[in-house]
Amino acid sequence: MNSFFTFINSSVGKKLLMSLTGLFLSLFLIVHLAGNLLVLRQDGGESFNTYAHFMGGNPLVRTLEIGLFLFIAVHIVNGVRIWWQNRKARGKRYDVYRLDENTTLPSRMMALSASLVLLFLVVHLRKFWVPARFEGEQNMAGLVVTTFQNGWYVLFYLIALVVLGYHLRHGFQSAFQTFGWKTKRYAGLIEFAAAFFWLVIPVLFACIPLYVYLTGGAAVASLR
Amino acid sequence: MKITLKVWRQKDQNDEGRFVEYTADHVSPDMSFLEMLDVVNIGLVKKGETPVAFDHDCREGICGSCGMMINGRAHGPGRGIATCQLHMRSFRDGDTIVIEPWRSNAFPVLKDLMVDRTSFDRIMQAGGYTSAKTGGVPDGNAILIPKPVADEAFDAAACIGCGACVAACPNSSAMLFVSAKVSQLALLPQGQAERTARVQRMIAQMDEEKFGSCSNTYACEAECPKQISVTHIARLNREFVASQF
Repeated sequence: MNSFFTFINSSVGKKLLMSLTGLFLSLFLIVHLAGNLLVLRQDGGESFNTYAHFMGGNPLVRTLEIGLFLFIAVHIVNGVRIWWQNRKARGKRYDVYRLDENTTLPSRMMALSASLVLLFLVVHLRKFWVPARFEGEQNMAGLVVTTFQNGWYVLFYLIALVVLGYHLRHGFQSAFQTFGWKTKRYAGLIEFAAAFFWLVIPVLFACIPLYVYLTGGAAVASLR
Repeated sequence: MKITLKVWRQKDQNDEGRFVEYTADHVSPDMSFLEMLDVVNIGLVKKGETPVAFDHDCREGICGSCGMMINGRAHGPGRGIATCQLHMRSFRDGDTIVIEPWRSNAFPVLKDLMVDRTSFDRIMQAGGYTSAKTGGVPDGNAILIPKPVADEAFDAAACIGCGACVAACPNSSAMLFVSAKVSQLALLPQGQAERTARVQRMIAQMDEEKFGSCSNTYACEAECPKQISVTHIARLNREFVASQF
């Protein structure tokens, strides 16, 4: 029997850590989306602001938030480690290497899509999370509206969501392969569930900036 | 057919190595890829040059000796074939073909297109066997194995250890190879006694040899001459987790 340390540091263990943290972060997207869609309720931002206050004040949510950041950190550190070791494993590069003929695009660009998602995350946290937590912003719905009245922000968010979709296109089903559950029997079911994460969730997220931009956001929130 | 070859030439393990261009005239579309290289080598010998070194043995796709990166694909274009089963009719007159050895730190280049694959042997020595004395041949129906299980084990056993999975993988991962060996024995009653120790030892050895880890691109399955399925990798992962308890 391996020690837990040996287990988690083995090639399979590292992948498991990646899958578990990745799936947790995918589940977080559901919670995040459910809350954010409150923006679309045309009540002047009341429900969304109430939700934002709850999230900011509830001790259980704040504790989970720490866990969330911890999972993001593990996912990043472990991912960089795997990427670096895999890069080293090749040694000398091929002069001609036609991965495009036998692999899918999302599977080849995981490190790139991950880096872009991280870049987005930094901007996203600075734009919404920091004002809510540290700068005492009360009217979060108003902040959403002022942000997405800017076309460049809308474009940035749309591109980020496409990239996130790409990352989840490979990542979500990949986790189940790593768990060893992606057998012939369940492959179809996993692909189906995966579509919710890589397609439905990003599309629904995209509705928010698009809606605000196209309608001007007057119904979404009252601006002080 | 007239083919231009860009071949990786490397004198020995310490040599830097470089590409050298050769022209192959009078290539018949019916020649196998290795026969084409044989003809090129005869030409080189006649000119007093060193022939291109490459591994080969059975030349019928069952020994796993041959293998090279042909135009960026392990064992060249086509599915389910080793380099010896690739024919020149897969190329067109006037084509340029780039030939490189398998690239992986765990497969150091010995000479030209030959690589040292003893890392695979060491993985096998770590646990790819059953040590129970099985005696003589048992009666045909003494050990009952359901047909689907036997088929699955047989598919895994088809692995010839050529190393194309490692060569094709963007991470130089040996997971498909190891999973085929672990799967084959985990599925059969003879493999049960050492089942947990086997998967742990073989994965430990695989990591020791500095192969990369799987990122599920499935380039291995696409290039495997025996078309070993990545569902064996899922089983390997499952076996490894189960072995922890």
